[in-house]
Amino acid sequence: MPEYKAPLRDMDFVLNEVLKAEQHYQSLPGYEDATPDMVSAIMEEGAKFAEKVLSPLNQIGDQQGCTWADGKVTTPAGFKEAYQQFVEGGWPSLAHEVEYGGQGLPESLGLVINEMVGTANWSWSMYPGLSHGAMNTLDAHGTEEQKQTYLTKLVEGSWTGTMCLTEPHCGTDLGMLRTKAEPQADGSYKISGTKIFISAGEHDMAENIVHIVLARLPDAPAGTKGISLFIVPKHLPESLSESNGVSCGSIEHKMGIHGNATCVMNFDDATGFLIGPPNKGLNCMFTFMNTARLGTALQGLAHAEWGFQNSLVYAKDRLQMRALNGPAEPDKPADPIIVHPEVRKMLLTQKAFAEGGRAMIYYCAQLVDKVKVSDGEEKEYADGLLAFLTPIAKAFLTEVGFESANHGLQIFGGHGYIAEWGMEQNVRDSRISMLYEGTTQIQALDLLGRKVLMTQGEALKRFTKIVHKFCQAEADTQAMAKFVKPLVEINKEWGDITMQIGMKAMQNRDEVGAASVDYLMYSGYAVLGYLWALMAKEAQEKIAAGTNEEDFYRAKIKTAEFYFARILPRTRSLVATMTSGCESLMDLDAEHFVF
Amino acid sequence: MKILVAVKRVIDYNAKVRVKSDQTDVDLANIKMAINPFCEIAVEEAVRLKEAGIATEIIAVSVGPKACQEQIRSALALGADKGIQIETDHISDSLNIAKLLAKVVKSENIDLVIMGKQAIDSDNNQTGQMLAALLNCGQGTFASKLEIKDQKVLVTREIDGGLQTLSLNLPAVITTDLRLNEPRYAALPNIMKAKRKPLEVKTPQDLGVELKQHTKLLKVAEPSKRQGGTMLNSVDELIEKLKSEIQGI
Repeated sequence: MPEYKAPLRDMDFVLNEVLKAEQHYQSLPGYEDATPDMVSAIMEEGAKFAEKVLSPLNQIGDQQGCTWADGKVTTPAGFKEAYQQFVEGGWPSLAHEVEYGGQGLPESLGLVINEMVGTANWSWSMYPGLSHGAMNTLDAHGTEEQKQTYLTKLVEGSWTGTMCLTEPHCGTDLGMLRTKAEPQADGSYKISGTKIFISAGEHDMAENIVHIVLARLPDAPAGTKGISLFIVPKHLPESLSESNGVSCGSIEHKMGIHGNATCVMNFDDATGFLIGPPNKGLNCMFTFMNTARLGTALQGLAHAEWGFQNSLVYAKDRLQMRALNGPAEPDKPADPIIVHPEVRKMLLTQKAFAEGGRAMIYYCAQLVDKVKVSDGEEKEYADGLLAFLTPIAKAFLTEVGFESANHGLQIFGGHGYIAEWGMEQNVRDSRISMLYEGTTQIQALDLLGRKVLMTQGEALKRFTKIVHKFCQAEADTQAMAKFVKPLVEINKEWGDITMQIGMKAMQNRDEVGAASVDYLMYSGYAVLGYLWALMAKEAQEKIAAGTNEEDFYRAKIKTAEFYFARILPRTRSLVATMTSGCESLMDLDAEHFVF
Repeated sequence: MKILVAVKRVIDYNAKVRVKSDQTDVDLANIKMAINPFCEIAVEEAVRLKEAGIATEIIAVSVGPKACQEQIRSALALGADKGIQIETDHISDSLNIAKLLAKVVKSENIDLVIMGKQAIDSDNNQTGQMLAALLNCGQGTFASKLEIKDQKVLVTREIDGGLQTLSLNLPAVITTDLRLNEPRYAALPNIMKAKRKPLEVKTPQDLGVELKQHTKLLKVAEPSKRQGGTMLNSVDELIEKLKSEIQGI
């Protein structure tokens, strides 16, 4: 049976050695509690929970899936009990404010725990994951009374939450949404409409579900400027046994994440309460959009890590064929398949994306902390940088996460296609991550259009300056030359290409769309290149200073070398395609596609 | 009722144990360390007694260098109230540990000691017994069930012939077997609270114990590698081989 082991040593390396978590936490107000010993104790306990409770339920969740009958959803065997344990462990409260029952720990530490929980069992992790989104909404925009009523219950974990955005006719384009909110004399609203694709919309794990619903007031302007946010609980807090006009019409039958209930939610004159100012619902949502998208970026890392761990075990165990240079283990009937270059390539690709992805997410998570608790220039700076990196992390990491999951399957040969090994589940589960929370294509438009070109390249410069500084500082370090030289080139090219696309876009806006996904992937490889260079530097310094973990650090340097030799060059073809102009995409008449 | 639980820092049961190249000891560099599983069961049992309103205070004690404070903190996160680390770099054998614990039992007025029956590193299985002897009190080893009744402790023990139940006067020393309970996971708020709980550091001198070397570690070696087997063609051949190659059958 496939299984998950939390890679605590690598997590520690990225968090504490590469990204200097101790200095980071001690520099931020309110995070003094997050000392290294505390962080490590929390991570160890989170690892235990992920490995022993959640990992064994991953395959069961896929095989059993959720079932719907008469509006009730039953989750797979063990899911409910695991959630109960999660609540007893106080985990939902981690990154929330002390006055609402939280532990007041940094959001970035929450993401570290989410990594383990999500890698062990992504479908399960979505139930508390969606609650987290609802909690952030309440935290940022709720009134004191709303926080006392709903946030405390969500922090405690006895209730869960959802985000109800999508409707049958509108997913990406929320301006078209139709769900209505009628004001009532007592200040509440009657909500009516249908929402679809609502993850964790209905289930048997908690006594109440708090839906955060996007709807329109009667006098609302058309489009995105007429959307308001409402709290609509499954049961009103004062009468938990009665229905509040919220029902689950059905659940979707889908490719993966079977353990998570994807619901059609019907609101029939359900009582709701406005949260945030009227008609500002989308703006309110944007306040924590980056955090939510980072949560999905994490899924890319999760499936890469899971695929890597399990295919590594198999590659060392499976005996088949001989090494090309003659038998590596002559006493055995054949060599383990890890001797073959192409198998190694697939393993190293997964390793480079999993560990590099971890660095990317932890890096962004520290920016989330800064946005949350710092102020003035520091906050503004972190906010801009995070806004730039978020679409990259979300789309790039989920794309390479899916690629990695596929490599994991491939290493198993035909067995990878067989359900029992869990590798095909990993591929299926990972596929959704490129779709929800904004598709890859939407993230790409957000990055190139909104973030980069609309700021006249300022957002990009904020990051390339960091890379530039690093390259300058390492310019004379002989051992770093193999990383620094290509990085300097990419860093310059990045700006040049952006300028080039920007110029063309002034004549034709389609040039932005036509270059966008390639541009995003290019940016992803560039960011990851910087992070791998950073990790290689840390490892080199540790070895130079003397360590009894030389193998560990050497493996980091070797993986960085692999990345620069075999992954970063993917940018060459991306440069060619993204600068080739939009004509090759736009010239064919829509009516002529069939010919 | 005051309970003392002893916790030992050992190599995590999941970690692969390596022997130092000079065979002087096990290589502890960069290996994951954890609380000894039997000790964790002892902590859990003490916490359950406290939750049942029987125990009033739980003191977790560990003997070793500063690093073993991590294991004391683990015990505090599970529900112990106070920790005591007895600082020593000296490799302490069971009798030294028992002497140190005996002093703490006396000075803290302990009513009940619960400890693991053995640690998964050296598997000595003797500290609890030695401690009971030094304290001149009753011992209930290999406990699979524990009950406190009328100032007595009823211990169900796993013995070769089955189960045996003893009734012991307090104070007493109990050592835990695997089936006594299933330890809980530490809850996040308790991990954070553990940091603020008192943790005293004492030295053997403070306790008036002179550590002596009662045992000497001569050499540590890996188990010999399994030799390859031979395929035989028939049962007769097997019997022949057993007769000729293995004496005494």
